[in-house]
Amino acid sequence: MKFTEYLKYLLIGTGFGFVLVKSEVVSWFRIQEMFRFDSIHMYGIIGLAVIVGIISVQIIKRKNMKDAEGNPISIPPKDPSQVTRYIVGGSIFGLGWALLGACPGPMFALLGSGLTIMVIPILAALAGTYTYGLLRDKIPH
Amino acid sequence: MLDFLYQPWPWYVAGPIIGLTVPILLLLGGKMFGVSANLRHACAACNFGNIEFFNYDWKKDGRWNLTFLIGTILGGFLGGYVFANPEPIQLAASTITDLQALGIQDFSGLVPNDLFAWDMLGTGVGLTVLVLGGFLVGFGARYAGGCTSGHAISGLSDLQLASLIAVIGFFIGGLIMTFFIYPIILG
Repeated sequence: MKFTEYLKYLLIGTGFGFVLVKSEVVSWFRIQEMFRFDSIHMYGIIGLAVIVGIISVQIIKRKNMKDAEGNPISIPPKDPSQVTRYIVGGSIFGLGWALLGACPGPMFALLGSGLTIMVIPILAALAGTYTYGLLRDKIPH
Repeated sequence: MLDFLYQPWPWYVAGPIIGLTVPILLLLGGKMFGVSANLRHACAACNFGNIEFFNYDWKKDGRWNLTFLIGTILGGFLGGYVFANPEPIQLAASTITDLQALGIQDFSGLVPNDLFAWDMLGTGVGLTVLVLGGFLVGFGARYAGGCTSGHAISGLSDLQLASLIAVIGFFIGGLIMTFFIYPIILG
């Protein structure tokens, strides 16, 4: 990867982190509000993000668009027959999402905002990821 | 004029911008937006014990995403520190009442300072929220094959049934935590 490419991804990531904070998606309070169905805020954000995503992915696919390097864009399908991993894994993730009030993107954006304590949940998330790698062959998917 | 940099952005502005991350990354380099893959890349970079799941070329697969993640931290610094909103979040009154009943008192920041503080690590509540919460997010994201960005944004954008099932799972877990377990933890 060339330096200019790193710069592109760095800038997109910066924009992403900035919007996460400005929209308060990083807020533990907003997540508690979401799971109580007390506000449209989080649903509006995720819903509009998905609508914009669906429209743009459809355009990319139907026009067989290529990426900036000229390679065809292919999106690997996920296997929906592995229901166990999505329901059980998803539920475990959801337990953590509500408890910590932050998913992976916000964990890092919050760290950047000066909340140094986020180092602890980030390390714990790495431990969780590592544990999954250890147990992967022993748990149902 | 720069007021909008300090103020919170409404959901109908932020949602579409977050959605645009998907086509921008696809068009730029055929990349699928997903933050939690970085946790796997970080494990692959160390790979203590040579675990098969972490045995791949993380530099080739993950450099762009880890760079994106550094950007996310930088964006958090700009949005939450340089251009921090000085006002408390405009939460629904019912959520505030609910959380106050659970003992949350400080509503001034992005997160409750009653929980997200270094001295809370010495308490059961602090350990549960910060350590167990983080662990479940990391474990669950990899078990489910993605987190909010990978499934709820990217996967749903591609109309993947697997991602819809995962998002249903996110809400099963989230609702159980919110209505049944959190009241016990904070009680």
